[in-house]
Amino acid sequence: MNATPRRLVGGAPEAAYTIEFDGRAVPAEAGQSIAAALWGAGILAWRTTREGGAPRGAFCGIGSCYDCLVTVNGRPNQRACLVPARAGDTVTTQEGTGRAELAV
Amino acid sequence: MPNSPSDPSGSPAAPAVPADLAIVGAGPAGLAAAVTAADLGLRVTLLDAGDRPGGQYYRHPAPGLGAARPQALHHDWSAFAAREAGLRAHEAAGRITFLPGHHVWTVVPAPGAAPGAGEPAKAWRLHAVVGPEERAATVTAAAVLLATGAYERQLPFPGWTLPGVVGAGGAQAMLKAGLVLPGKRVVVAGSGPLLLAVAGSLAAAGARVPAVVEAASYLAYAGRVPTLLRNPAKLAEGALFGGGLLRHRVRLLTRQAVVAAHGTDRVEAVTVARLDRDWRPVPGTGRRIPCDALAVGHGLVPQLELATELGCATRTAADGTAALELDTEQRTSVPGIWSAGETGGIAGAQLALAEGELAAHSVAGRPAPAALHRRRARLRAFAEAMGAAHRPGPGWTGWLTEDTDVCRCEEVPAGRIREAVAELGARDARTVKLLTRAGMGWCQGRMCGQAVAALAGTAPGADRRPLSCPVPLRNLAELPPDGC
Repeated sequence: MNATPRRLVGGAPEAAYTIEFDGRAVPAEAGQSIAAALWGAGILAWRTTREGGAPRGAFCGIGSCYDCLVTVNGRPNQRACLVPARAGDTVTTQEGTGRAELAV
Repeated sequence: MPNSPSDPSGSPAAPAVPADLAIVGAGPAGLAAAVTAADLGLRVTLLDAGDRPGGQYYRHPAPGLGAARPQALHHDWSAFAAREAGLRAHEAAGRITFLPGHHVWTVVPAPGAAPGAGEPAKAWRLHAVVGPEERAATVTAAAVLLATGAYERQLPFPGWTLPGVVGAGGAQAMLKAGLVLPGKRVVVAGSGPLLLAVAGSLAAAGARVPAVVEAASYLAYAGRVPTLLRNPAKLAEGALFGGGLLRHRVRLLTRQAVVAAHGTDRVEAVTVARLDRDWRPVPGTGRRIPCDALAVGHGLVPQLELATELGCATRTAADGTAALELDTEQRTSVPGIWSAGETGGIAGAQLALAEGELAAHSVAGRPAPAALHRRRARLRAFAEAMGAAHRPGPGWTGWLTEDTDVCRCEEVPAGRIREAVAELGARDARTVKLLTRAGMGWCQGRMCGQAVAALAGTAPGADRRPLSCPVPLRNLAELPPDGC
């Protein structure tokens, strides 16, 4: 039997639902953060940096590093490792500060 | 939206009556302190940025994930379970108010209670931002215990910003809370005993761990035999982790380090090199290990913002980090402010539990059991031995190339920092920051601070920043006119 995190703790999620990431459906389980749902789907990057346009995702996992910033339901700069994934959330890759509309 | 005490977005207003004790952080130290203080008759307000008690150490799956065996991902889970039961009983009885989802950003003397010359403050006011909506909240208390814990120490290397390179503690946190892995084949690297725990958890959860790469040598413990022998439980814990690694066929490589991560969109392999005694990579020893994730960390750094802003004195711990100066009753140098756990120097959950209980006795004005004092002394000695063994050697900066980003937020490469030091005369991390923006971004130097200080040729200082997290301007505007 292949070990998985869920088998290890005997997990039986009370609900599973779908969030949308850049137009693609991603499964999430009740209680997972947005970062956890994305990792679960094999997605490791959901932001590009302001200067170099380099891809970034979750790094510290505890809300300290701000590397996992993402746009959730149109609101930029949300820490994906802290924000719970909720049914129907729309998550989009965040470019730079996520405030392109303020660019001069 | 439901409005229950466990819902961070709709949490209850803070009680109007000041608490006897406000505790910042519901990890092992804060939780133990809260339960003990309430046992001793104090009215306690316990605040935590997270949704559930336990902190990072006892971080566990969200209730919705329905984990039947959360203890499978934990060491000493019963110590947590007992205290959580205590917390809930005291909550029901009205002796503890638990405020989850509250990130405390500053602690100040309460208006009218500000200290006169040489006098302690009579009460403290704690300001917090609450939940994803970043609502403002305020708590007042006669005494404060800072149990803010730690975050991971990171030393940069080429490729460390690639997706798939994650903190070792970060991988552990995501696994414990969200039941997910960053990849199927995960190299674990850095320094310190946390690596063994992380590798064990990842392997048990189904990841293949090709190697644990430890920069220090475990032989460094050999000079501390008496301290080790006084801590048989710690030795047993080490043997337990070691046994777990053997069972999963994980190789432990010592005196070696990941000096580069490779890949384009994500990590595909790492280069591991042998280190000399100063942690300088030995030329010609590099070899590649294929992997799809790297979990890396070099121990932990005490999280001191709230304490240093209050003026609490610090010391340099054996691992090279700045920690709070505390007396044997967990008092900081500021009267009315106590601290326990990792803030006093990285030492692990068992000591944090003991120190939380010691602090609670002290705040309540009761003598603590002598056994608790002995336990603290013994575990602190072990932590000092451990910290000294895994303290980064000065040669680690040999991993950096000129274009390695040191500051992840502001994308400042090592070459610019070296230029600020060599050509522009910067002598400390603060001046480097002013000249290069290293440490000026979102994380405020939490990720790069230790590295920038090393490149500037100084010991890393204690964090000094007026706000411990981003605070909406509207929250500042809503503060009462007394300025607190």
